[in-house]
Amino acid sequence: MWSFSNIANEIHTWLSSQLPPIWATIVEMVIAGVAVIGLFAILGLVLVIMERKVAAWIQIRLGPNRVGPKGMFQSMADTVKLLVKEGMTPNGADKLMFNVAPFIAMIVAMLLMAPIGFAKDFQLWDLNIGVLYITAISSISVIGILMAGWASNNKYSLLGAMRSGAQIVSYELSAGLAILTIIVLTGSLQLSDIVQAQADGWWIFKGHLPVIIAFLIFITAVTAETNRAPFDLAEAESELTAGFHTEYSGMKFALFFLAEYINVFIVCAIGATLFLGGWMPFHIGNWEGFNHVMDYIPSSVWFFGKTFFLIFVIMWFRWTFPRLRIDQLLNLEWKYLLPISMINLLLVTLIAILGWHF
Amino acid sequence: MGASSLIVLIIAAVAFSSIAILIAKLVTKATTNKQKGEAIECGIPTVGPSWIQFNVGYYLFALIFLIFDVELVFLYPWAVVVKKVGWLALVEIVIFFLILFMGFLYAHKKGALKWM
Repeated sequence: MWSFSNIANEIHTWLSSQLPPIWATIVEMVIAGVAVIGLFAILGLVLVIMERKVAAWIQIRLGPNRVGPKGMFQSMADTVKLLVKEGMTPNGADKLMFNVAPFIAMIVAMLLMAPIGFAKDFQLWDLNIGVLYITAISSISVIGILMAGWASNNKYSLLGAMRSGAQIVSYELSAGLAILTIIVLTGSLQLSDIVQAQADGWWIFKGHLPVIIAFLIFITAVTAETNRAPFDLAEAESELTAGFHTEYSGMKFALFFLAEYINVFIVCAIGATLFLGGWMPFHIGNWEGFNHVMDYIPSSVWFFGKTFFLIFVIMWFRWTFPRLRIDQLLNLEWKYLLPISMINLLLVTLIAILGWHF
Repeated sequence: MGASSLIVLIIAAVAFSSIAILIAKLVTKATTNKQKGEAIECGIPTVGPSWIQFNVGYYLFALIFLIFDVELVFLYPWAVVVKKVGWLALVEIVIFFLILFMGFLYAHKKGALKWM
């Protein structure tokens, strides 16, 4: 059957038969790099048009509908527009830091791609501490934002960056504790193991109420970590113009924008992997016929379907909840989410030790 | 692909970003004028420097974050083995949480979590 892992294996065997081993590895690396860049570009274009279409749909209007069929090429036109804009550095800015910051944002977004399982047996690097790797790398992203805000020499940027820093580090804790509930149940940090543990049912169904609470906390926390509404204080346009990227223009702005959307994709992919079973198809107990039909849908379709469902939920949040104030935001994390997720973790531990989960 | 994929990803990110910026630089025409390089502040010139020391409120949050982040790092190895160790692990982590929660309550009582 057609699948990503088969294609990867065929390319690998063909290259090994044609070229000496070193060259085969190098060609494979180049293919992987080009594939990831392609995925980046496509995801950026798709997510931008999706955001605008979802917004239009929720607000009962048409949204972009001029460029291409139903406006589907709008984000490409926007990219071309950004490409021909002059990317300038303001006079007062710290030139080096100002220009390096978008690279850091991009490198972090790109590095997070490594352990994600896009389909069955299709991962760039299935490292045994996958979850720890993701939490570690994703906390570097705050450095890029702080650099951009500080180097711009603009008060809006500085305020936006500081807010963003406080927000990202705060919500990292409850996101981490929510992730830990799944690790307690699975007993492994490897993402492929976590997916394998959900072969007979996704954790959100198997883990009773505590896992559902953990899932809700996770979604809330990652919405805040990716600076999306209702937690988009870092770039609250009515107060701070554009937050940390006020001074950025042209392609450098586009890179920040792209990294932001890729981060949304990655956190949703991780949420789908941990709670919704990654590429595992949906099975119901012993309904043999139903399960076989579900098995026929390719694993990559399952993975991307779940991920895009979560992305849709996060976009839905944006048009449902009003923006919080910064003190309300930090109160929500420190006084509610953190204690709740700590107690929730203890509950999950109790369930795991007693073996109450299915 | 193993650990070499990280090098590939870093190179890919840097190549993608720098090529995009380079193309943008080639196809755009830079013009200059007196006001262009000034900081954007919605029309009026900036008053005073922007590189200033800044609200201590965030600093306290950062300190509390540090405590809990270290806790989180300790929790990862614990979470992996908790099912094998069983009840002892649960008792130990309850004691660990209690000690941490004391610190949290102290910070709360001292008003570190209050917005100033």
